[in-house]
Amino acid sequence: MAVTGLILIGFLLVHMYGNLKMFLGAESFDHYAEWLKGDILYPLIPSGWFIWLFRAFMVAAILLHIYSAVTLWRRAMAANPTAYAAKKKLAQTYSARTMRWGGVILAGLLIFHLAQFTVKATLVSSPATATPYDMVIAEFSIWWMVVLYGLWLVTVCMHVRHGLWSAFATLGANTSAKARTVLNGCAWAVALLLYIGFMIMPVAVLFGWIGA
Amino acid sequence: MVTYQVQDVSPDMSFLEMLDLLNEDLTIKGEEPVAFDHDCREGICGMCGVVINGTAHGRGESPVPTTTCQLHMRSFEDGATIDVEPWRAGPFPVIKDLAVDRSAFDRIIQAGGFISANTGAAPEAHAAPVGKLQADRAFDAATCIGCGACVAACPNSSAMLFTAAKITHLAMLPQGQPERYSRIKTMIAVHDEEGFGGCTNIGECAEVCPKQIPFDTISQLNRDLIASLFKKDGK
Amino acid sequence: MTTTTKPAAPTTAKTASTDFFEVGADIKDAKAPAGAIEQKWSKRKFEAKLVNPSNRRKLTVIIVGTGLAGGAAAASLGEAGYNVLNFCYQDSPRRAHSIAAQGGINAAKNYRNDNDSTFRLFYDTVKGGDYRARETNVYRLAEVSANIIDQCVAQGVPFAREYGGLLDNRSFGGVQVQRTFYARGQTGQQLLIGAYQALERQVAAGTVKMHTRHEMLEIIIVDGRARGIITRDMVTGAIETHFADAVVLATGGYGNVFFLSTNAMGCNVTANWRAHRKGAYFGNPCYTQIHPTCIPVHGETQSKLTLMSESLRNDGRIWVPKNAADCEKDPRQIAEADRDYYLERIYPAFGNLVPRDIASRQAKNMCDEGRGVGPAVKEFDENGNERFVRRGVYLDFAEAIGRLTKEGVASRYGNLFDMYAQITGEDPYETPMRIYPAVHYTMGGLWVDYDLSSNVPGLYVTGEANFSDHGANRLGASALMQGLADGYFVLPNTINDYLAGASALPKVDASHPAAVEALDSVKDRIAKLLAVNGNRTVDSFHKELGNIMWEYCGMYRTEAGLIKAIGLIQKLRESFWKDVKVSGVNEDFNQTLERAGRVVDFMELGELMCVDALHRRESCGGHFRAESQTEDGEALRHDDEYAYVAAWEYTGTAQAPILHKEPLEYEFIELKQRSYK
Repeated sequence: MAVTGLILIGFLLVHMYGNLKMFLGAESFDHYAEWLKGDILYPLIPSGWFIWLFRAFMVAAILLHIYSAVTLWRRAMAANPTAYAAKKKLAQTYSARTMRWGGVILAGLLIFHLAQFTVKATLVSSPATATPYDMVIAEFSIWWMVVLYGLWLVTVCMHVRHGLWSAFATLGANTSAKARTVLNGCAWAVALLLYIGFMIMPVAVLFGWIGA
Repeated sequence: MVTYQVQDVSPDMSFLEMLDLLNEDLTIKGEEPVAFDHDCREGICGMCGVVINGTAHGRGESPVPTTTCQLHMRSFEDGATIDVEPWRAGPFPVIKDLAVDRSAFDRIIQAGGFISANTGAAPEAHAAPVGKLQADRAFDAATCIGCGACVAACPNSSAMLFTAAKITHLAMLPQGQPERYSRIKTMIAVHDEEGFGGCTNIGECAEVCPKQIPFDTISQLNRDLIASLFKKDGK
Repeated sequence: MTTTTKPAAPTTAKTASTDFFEVGADIKDAKAPAGAIEQKWSKRKFEAKLVNPSNRRKLTVIIVGTGLAGGAAAASLGEAGYNVLNFCYQDSPRRAHSIAAQGGINAAKNYRNDNDSTFRLFYDTVKGGDYRARETNVYRLAEVSANIIDQCVAQGVPFAREYGGLLDNRSFGGVQVQRTFYARGQTGQQLLIGAYQALERQVAAGTVKMHTRHEMLEIIIVDGRARGIITRDMVTGAIETHFADAVVLATGGYGNVFFLSTNAMGCNVTANWRAHRKGAYFGNPCYTQIHPTCIPVHGETQSKLTLMSESLRNDGRIWVPKNAADCEKDPRQIAEADRDYYLERIYPAFGNLVPRDIASRQAKNMCDEGRGVGPAVKEFDENGNERFVRRGVYLDFAEAIGRLTKEGVASRYGNLFDMYAQITGEDPYETPMRIYPAVHYTMGGLWVDYDLSSNVPGLYVTGEANFSDHGANRLGASALMQGLADGYFVLPNTINDYLAGASALPKVDASHPAAVEALDSVKDRIAKLLAVNGNRTVDSFHKELGNIMWEYCGMYRTEAGLIKAIGLIQKLRESFWKDVKVSGVNEDFNQTLERAGRVVDFMELGELMCVDALHRRESCGGHFRAESQTEDGEALRHDDEYAYVAAWEYTGTAQAPILHKEPLEYEFIELKQRSYK
């Protein structure tokens, strides 16, 4: 759970960095997209393989992450056959409470997101008609798409907020009450950074600061 | 859920004395008294424990961490209706009314929550000095009374805080080192076999713990568990 | 909600103390070998018959109780390879009431280089016990004390340590050396968890079979030997028979005969009393320790009392108002001139630090005079009339806060102040604490010899359940020491002497007439309790018994009062069997039934305690007879007449018991009168 979670958070950070290349213009962003599909680690692996290996790795991480989550969920349900008539939370944060259903929702939206960009780009569009840059501009010029994207990112970042702290705790980094405060602070910082980093570009597109 | 009326409750009574009063009344009326576990009534034996108004040991009603026996009626308003439930967790089956079976905790300890030192085989007490910080950390973890509030409060019904308290207590001491990495594997295995859930670092357990077992003992457990993948005792 | 009926005046025709008992033959410990006291234990261990390791697993030992004495013995005998059946009434062996001990454990390690030694610990314990303990047992206790610390450290007990990593010590009442090892204010808990872990290790190894939520209700005696017990499974109500080659009772003290005590709610005398009824002698039942610094009773619904460390008396000043009219006032409004610091007034040399029994007795005197403070609690006077008396005195830290600052006081007593605040809802930094004495420990118990064997062959008794080591008064931090000494080091080295011959005894099973009789008697008693169907609760009887015991057999005992108490208890017992209401059925988790059975035995024990207190016409340790005091009101012993252990033989309910005296001979320590001048 913790290891795959951290891999996914790492991916998000890189992904965010990549998105920000939108600000450098069409050429830079398209080049980045091409580079991903190109000669990374060549000649260690053949040209073009990296993206597929990387995708396989990400899919594995996601599947393992889901598998761990389902296992934990099932164990919790088995361990909790009777619910309390009254139950009050004392320590539980909103993000901690919504890890499971929040995870399901964000996974659903992830499929949509992938369909929107990756699948479409790979299978449907021909590179001649739509560059990745143009595609992004096209999608985020629709206001409700930006809103939807923004809401989805809220679920992602909430998941990251508890997930990051929790992953470090599981890996043994929560060594004292102070460490707990620091880790939770870091989790908040990363979650906010991701949110801002991911949102800044679509908002810029929407308002026409990019690509207009 | 049954609602009972209890008269003449004084603010100085403990929560369990209020239940005593209820039971005296029920007995005289010819009704069955309410069964609940309790023993020392000074907050150290760990026998008592019910969920009061949605929090284990009534932590939500008390200004300080407490066991049920040390919660007093002055924490409630006159005329209030109080919700009382047993610990609810699969591995803690209800015996009757508010009493539950916590023997799963004993079985976790049996799996390795000890130092193998036969009577008579001990070296002189000063043979292995223990630094004060290590000793204090061991002590903080060792204050666990095994009441089960952590499990009762955990949304996953995990017994991780209980297990981590014992792991940390023994891992901090030189005497606990020889069995350190086998202990954690066997204890976790039994923890899981008993049907407790996994920890997702939510923190309800430490919040209700009457002895304030530090939440970070769970991280200590995790660290030792990871280390046990690479280290073997005696190497 | 309790319906306490007014106790009737006694109708007993007996008037002289000697009417209440008969005197039998003297008894003697036959196990301690002759010779120098330093050599006795080694010699005894050498002389005791051994059991070959391969034969041990063929032998079964029943141990009742899982506290320090029982849990340690079960673990140790399991390690040795015996088959152990261990029982406790709690849901886990870790909950035995040893867990509640706060202060510490004594050991003659001399880590402080302050001239401590085995002999000094021995001497202090005998003197502290007011010269009513057996020398040989006490010396051995002091001798093995150092091994206990080694053993516990090896188990991972987190004793307090200094920055250098070595063990810390503190001093404790009544001694001039620092020999007390401690683990914050939770020494009992940590030692018990150590024993519990060792015990669970043996459970995992299969040598110990643990029976939790099982209460021993009868002992099985076959051909004069203890061969088994009858238990009730407290969850299902099943009445079960268990057999063994020897039975060990490690069932703790009987302070709950007073209803209110610092004991856990479940502590009871049933196991011991059942053994007593079947022939085991009860030693010195009247020796009770009353602790002066407990939190007072808040009202009739009080269920138990909480002790606060005696160390509070080092800085707190004890007082009551000079005028009864001031008792209701806010203590801060009472002028200095209107306060009576009575301990400082009566005992100028020792002041607030007089021994436990004196501090306790004087608090009672002040409250009897009507100068107590706090809520008035209902009780009955000598004529059975209801009255309300304030039972509390102030323990004031105002002066200490002025001298040490609030932070200074908090650093010394912070945890105790917090505990007080949580229980009473008052802030002791602002208003004086209220304290009152409470029953804390019982020195008496089943009579045992040097091997910890009772007079019934095959029946051993360890820890607080036996009478052996503390005489008439126990020193602080000695209870934990005795429990673990008995459990880890004494019993495992003496019981083998008996077990070596036990395999030759004929086998017994559930069809044996003695087992059938025991089983039937338990079932009959339960059926009888359930059949009464009266209109008074079990607790109301227990509380009334407690009131009688506290009033007449508590801190201040008189000939007339004790005779009266015996009559009152007999009446109460009659009333119990007519009026008690035990709801539910046996085949269930029935806590009312559990308590009812215990109260039956407490009533009989209470009567024996009064008889013992009546016959001992001297004051010693925790036993204060008003007729035997010095001009200053201090306890006055009569060594010429009473330097013996009173071992009582049971003859029947409400029948005169037989007194067997075990003369106490002091070969190594000179008998002296206690003095606080």
